[in-house]
Amino acid sequence: MTLLTHLFGRLANAAMLLLAVLVLNFCLIHAAPGDPVQVIAGEMGGASAEVIAALRAKYGLDHSVLEQLFTYLHNVLLGDFGYSYYFNQPVLGLIAQRLPATLYLAFASVMVAVVVGTLLGVVSARRPNGLLSHAVTVLSLAGYAAPIFWTGLLLLLLFGSVWPILPVSGMADVVHPRTGLAYGLDVLEHLILPAATLALVFVAQYSRLARVNMIDVLSSDYVRTARAKGLPESVVIFKHALRNALIPIVTVMGLQFGNLFAGAVLVETVYSWPGMGRLVFDSILRRDYPTLMAVLFFSAVIVIAANIATDLVYRLIDPRIRGGSR
Amino acid sequence: MSTVEQTLIVPRTEASNVKTAANAAAPGTTTMRVQPVARALSPARAALRQFLRSPSGVAGAILLLALILATIFGPMLYPIDPLEIVGLPFSPPDADALLGTDYLGRDVLAGLIHGGRATMTVGAVAALITIVIGVSVGALSGFFGGWIDSLLVKISEFFQVLPPLLFAMVLVTLFGPRLTTITIAIGAVSWTSAARLTRAEFMRLRDLDFIKASRAAGAGNWHLIMRVVLPNALPPIIVSATLAIGVAILFEGGLSFLGLGDPNTMSWGLMIGQNRNYVLDAWWAVTFPGAAIFLAVLAVSLVGDGINDAVNPRLRRR
Amino acid sequence: MTPVLSVEDLSVGMTGRDGKLVPVLENLSFTVDKGRTIALVGESGCGKSMTALAIMRLLPEGFVVTSGRILLEGENVLTARNRRMRALRGNAVSMVFQEPMTALNPLYTVGDQIAEALYHHRNLSRGDAAEQAVQFLKAVQIPAAEQRAKAYPHQMSGGMRQRVMIAMAIACKPKLLIADEPTTALDVTVQAQIFDLLAKLQDETETAIVLITHDLGAVAELADDIAVLYAGRCIETGPAQGVAASPRHPYTRGLLACVPHLAVGRPKPPAWIDLGEIPGMVPALGSRGPDCAFLTRCASASEVCRSRPQPPLGTIDVAHAVSCWRAREIAA
Repeated sequence: MTLLTHLFGRLANAAMLLLAVLVLNFCLIHAAPGDPVQVIAGEMGGASAEVIAALRAKYGLDHSVLEQLFTYLHNVLLGDFGYSYYFNQPVLGLIAQRLPATLYLAFASVMVAVVVGTLLGVVSARRPNGLLSHAVTVLSLAGYAAPIFWTGLLLLLLFGSVWPILPVSGMADVVHPRTGLAYGLDVLEHLILPAATLALVFVAQYSRLARVNMIDVLSSDYVRTARAKGLPESVVIFKHALRNALIPIVTVMGLQFGNLFAGAVLVETVYSWPGMGRLVFDSILRRDYPTLMAVLFFSAVIVIAANIATDLVYRLIDPRIRGGSR
Repeated sequence: MSTVEQTLIVPRTEASNVKTAANAAAPGTTTMRVQPVARALSPARAALRQFLRSPSGVAGAILLLALILATIFGPMLYPIDPLEIVGLPFSPPDADALLGTDYLGRDVLAGLIHGGRATMTVGAVAALITIVIGVSVGALSGFFGGWIDSLLVKISEFFQVLPPLLFAMVLVTLFGPRLTTITIAIGAVSWTSAARLTRAEFMRLRDLDFIKASRAAGAGNWHLIMRVVLPNALPPIIVSATLAIGVAILFEGGLSFLGLGDPNTMSWGLMIGQNRNYVLDAWWAVTFPGAAIFLAVLAVSLVGDGINDAVNPRLRRR
Repeated sequence: MTPVLSVEDLSVGMTGRDGKLVPVLENLSFTVDKGRTIALVGESGCGKSMTALAIMRLLPEGFVVTSGRILLEGENVLTARNRRMRALRGNAVSMVFQEPMTALNPLYTVGDQIAEALYHHRNLSRGDAAEQAVQFLKAVQIPAAEQRAKAYPHQMSGGMRQRVMIAMAIACKPKLLIADEPTTALDVTVQAQIFDLLAKLQDETETAIVLITHDLGAVAELADDIAVLYAGRCIETGPAQGVAASPRHPYTRGLLACVPHLAVGRPKPPAWIDLGEIPGMVPALGSRGPDCAFLTRCASASEVCRSRPQPPLGTIDVAHAVSCWRAREIAA
């Protein structure tokens, strides 16, 4: 199977999954208690009589359920995810404004987590009973058990009042707006705490995983072969062992994208990062269903895209899959 | 997807599967591993004995037991209504309120003690729902294979695409933030990893000789699934159930944090969710319930790890 | 002339569960000269592989050399610095492992895995190393070597992979090649090809070979000398012809009798007739006493054997030594 046909198959599958998400959204709106119009308009929205009449017409609520479904899907295909009566603008625009900041945060965190987690795992695997190895075990347990929003609040407390050396709110300094490089650095500074908070959970998981895999790989036959060749230890570790140990990490990373995205939403509300988090929070508060549904849909889009990307990375690392012989 | 699926296991337990594929130990060590003593005990008792040998597992079990006892008997020993205003808002910890008061002036210690009931119940019941759905789906999928498997795998794949916390958030928003809704929502969104695990285990066991023998002896499918395969697949399922409790507790906290806690029932998550905006004014109102969640999740995952080590003797030496 | 390899009084121990040191290999001595081959023969668990790994200084965790010296052209590898050891491995001494399926890294092409030894030991450029790797693939008789160099291990058969392992091992023209059961995982026809290949390469390069095997018959022709190991002890050693033609230790005789194809076309010595297979198993590590380790399985055991500890290797013939109380009676 060539890469192209494989990719095509993945995309077709992705389209089916997203269609299923839309159908689910539709079903949820209809399954929720109350009139669908109330749901669509939102309980707190300005649902006046004209608005309700217009909505009934737009979503064909007088027609059969099946026709309503097709109307809904038709609208979505045209890019119409509904209108947020709380924010008073189309949902698609709301999402488009906030998605980049969330992706930025999520991407930065996952990079930090993979690099730091893998390095910790590798170093501790070399001495499975050493001090660092035990530290990694403790860290991974603690990082897993600590609720991410709680860690966030503790760090906010620490850097917001006890030791104020880092910005704890927003994405850039709004009092003294900067431009160019200074702006970039400012954003980077604001990124530190949210990204560190989000990364911590994943560092915990990846370091544990990397440690276990690395211990296994280091006792494998091919690492012994590499040593028998007299290769420098750095080549043995980083060329022969690490790449093999990375495979399960990449797999788990792909699996965790949904959690990463959800984690980003939680972290954003702690640090007022201007991404999807605040949007989700306000939408919940105002019962702004169209926005929430669209958030669910786009998070599915991101998870699917991340899965396809992971699959490609996986193929890059492991020739056994590339060749199609599974 | 097939490659990914087979390697995809629960984040916390995947380690065990990855390790099972490890190379055989160095030659010469095989003879050392035979323990005639282990054979005399039933598997469950041997596992229990092994579990009791792991200090972290025992510590987790003690911690968990302490938390459970505190939530059962605590309210009787500290009968202050956690929803009642007992003092000024934001009172720091002092003799009147040992852990201070929250933004409304409610007693934080009372919240911790009474809120534990709701949080632990949500955790246990949601984990039960997760496991029942996950094991059913995984068992049918792995046992029958064929189109049933394809269909159920497709459904699981669909659920994996939706971030569980966000999906639960939509469900709770639509159906109202009550403790039952929250519990069901958490259970309904997080079963896929249990399903994946059970499916893999069933597929592995299905082809083993003793199962084939039962089948040849005329055992029906239902009997085979419930009486023959499931008991053998139990160890990893038990581990996954333990970890599911931790995940559910974290989810309850996450949902409450997003404003989806049940306002009529005090829970640890609700305390954090309601006091989060005042963290700089009253650190105690957020820090203590967070620490309670942390300890509870830590306890169940220590127990889970301990069980995992006890039922996977191959991994013990690490 | 200094032998290429001289193992003197080597003992290896394993740390058991209770932290005590259990002997795995006891007082092994042998030498190999340039262009010569010694076969270390014995059942699994007798310490053959540990000998090989001790020479490479790649003993797994928990295994330690407890006494003895290993001299590689007069240099004691046991006291060499790690840096020096890395310079020796793959260069002066190299090893072919038993399992070609797992001994190659699945993520790199075989050409790359051969080339990297050359790159690190010979200071060749990446390009030159890759070119030479192709030459070595040709040397181990892999057809279409240019294309094969770009293949990954999973795309090759077991025999092919073992050839790759050999190409990797001979790439730096080592003084000593250790082959640990190089054919065990392969088909019988391929086994013969691999042995032929080793013999041919040895003729060209004069490499000394330590060949580890459980199949005494298979190596009788390739080896110059044979050392038979049982339960971590050398129980018979001597020139290959002598040991194969007139084995003195009951265990060696049992090993030979287990090999059916030796009998083909050759009249079987009458003394062999009743030895079809050796009953029982090698005693477990840690349960080996001072008495003869083969005692419980030995059909020829007598009161002498039970009342005294295992004898040291006693010379029977020119360079032929046996550790058995009844060696002379059995030979008669």
